[in-house]
Amino acid sequence: MMGPRTEPPNVGLIILLAVCLFVGLPSAARCAAELKVQDVPDDEGTALRISWTGDALLADSLVISRSAPPDSTWLAIARVPGRQAEYTDSGLRRGTSYIYRVTSGGGLVATSEAGRPRASVLNRTRINQMIILGVFVAFVLAYIWLAASGRKFFVRKIAGLNAIEEAIGRATEMGRPVLYVPGIDDMDNIQTIASMVILNDVARLAGNYGTPVIVPVCRPFVVPVAEEAVKQGFLNAGRPELYNPNNVRYLSDEQFAFTAGISGIMMREGTAANLYMGSFFAESLILAETGFSTGAIQIAGTANVHQLPFFVAACDYTLIGEELYAASAYLSSEPKLMGALKASDLAKLIILILVALGCIAETAGFLKFAELFTAR
Amino acid sequence: MRTEVPVAIAFIAGMLMIVSLFVPHPVIAQPASVMRSWAIIITAFAYVLGIANIARISVGSLTKRAKDWEYKAVLLGAMATMLFLGIGVGVASGGPFDWAYLNVYVAMQATMFSLLAFFIASAAYRAFRARTVEATLLLVTAAIVMLGRVPVGEHMWSRFPDLTEWIMGVPNMAAKRGIMIGAALGGISTGLKMVLGLERSYLGGG
Repeated sequence: MMGPRTEPPNVGLIILLAVCLFVGLPSAARCAAELKVQDVPDDEGTALRISWTGDALLADSLVISRSAPPDSTWLAIARVPGRQAEYTDSGLRRGTSYIYRVTSGGGLVATSEAGRPRASVLNRTRINQMIILGVFVAFVLAYIWLAASGRKFFVRKIAGLNAIEEAIGRATEMGRPVLYVPGIDDMDNIQTIASMVILNDVARLAGNYGTPVIVPVCRPFVVPVAEEAVKQGFLNAGRPELYNPNNVRYLSDEQFAFTAGISGIMMREGTAANLYMGSFFAESLILAETGFSTGAIQIAGTANVHQLPFFVAACDYTLIGEELYAASAYLSSEPKLMGALKASDLAKLIILILVALGCIAETAGFLKFAELFTAR
Repeated sequence: MRTEVPVAIAFIAGMLMIVSLFVPHPVIAQPASVMRSWAIIITAFAYVLGIANIARISVGSLTKRAKDWEYKAVLLGAMATMLFLGIGVGVASGGPFDWAYLNVYVAMQATMFSLLAFFIASAAYRAFRARTVEATLLLVTAAIVMLGRVPVGEHMWSRFPDLTEWIMGVPNMAAKRGIMIGAALGGISTGLKMVLGLERSYLGGG
């Protein structure tokens, strides 16, 4: 007796399916993929993010093209590996609609819906920085208000700043000029700005003693500011006739040409007090050692951490980091400036507490605490 | 008016730059970008001031035959030559400007930089003289770090490199970060004083 008849398996069809599944995968990418276009958040509205899923991920490479309707021309903008899964197209025109397509091996994979880049009002990745800055600004304003209302603040003695007058006095006794080097950076560096404020006070002190101040300058933009600071300093001392425009000297933008120029001034003009205040780099030790060899009293101040050891080794006094910024408040004793100085101290205390809390939190495995302060 | 107008300009420009850090919208970002471009243009024009300053001081010394006038002559001659080669002939690679830069300036710069090796030795000698507790501490630490950085140190004691890494990574890094945090706060505070017009001595306002 025969049972129900069964058809023999179609071997050819099975092989064909197997080939389609395992050999023809890259070509299958031509068939199905989903393409999404999204606005890039937290930017000024000039970028779109294109992402793809499905078979397009398997393609060796995808060509991304862009079109801005009603213009129907497609512009190839990038070739990326399919596994990359997304691409950010930047430099777009804000408010304009764009559509995208990705193609693989000459065949169409997918076309997107229209997307439009939009400007964000607030960069949310910087909210933590904004809050920290806001709190610090509030401290500064509060302390300035306290200072303005007559509150006295204690500021510790800073040996390097006390020594400035001593150095100028020594130069006066020796009948030699004072050298003031405001670093090698431009006016866009906050250290150079702080240096100009100190220069004003140095010129006032030098004016009291009738001693000339030579200011070699590395950036031409600093020249008029330095001239004004020296001129005003002598004026504040009641000795405007001491101002000599030839003593504020632009030497060179080039680091070591500037260094050579200053070394020449030290050797030829025999400066008795050398003050280095501002942003310094590899020239710091060359300057400080040349000054040491001439026997000058030397005071340095910089916030460039890597140059501090050189100055500490070769100078008589060194203002370390924040002391450079404290100098103007310290030298002028202006209550409002003292208030800003105390605000920095309070901020440091809070940072110290936060660092301690962070150490405890990290040790306890609570990693979210550190993330609150991470810059993204 | 002499100080009020510059302070007002500093306030507007400063606040715009601070706000642009947090607000990417073009209402803020575009004027901020324009102002950054202005800064570049103004800086480029400042070179005219620099050349004028050099010329005024050097020509004055030269005409009066002041002390060391010969150096001023060399300076003016070198500046005029490079200006002529750069503007008149061009700055193309392989040209005379390029040749003078590479064969004169770069060589002199390297000479100045190489002096650093000798200055480091003389400064280190003075700093490491064990006259005080701090100087002795510095000497011992520096000796360990130096030995940990060279093969002979590891040959003497295999733990020197580890000790060096610990010194650089823990106490040294802690001190550096402390200085950096203080300096950053000082920098922000100074910037704020400028923007708010509290610090105006740089304007000549005393």
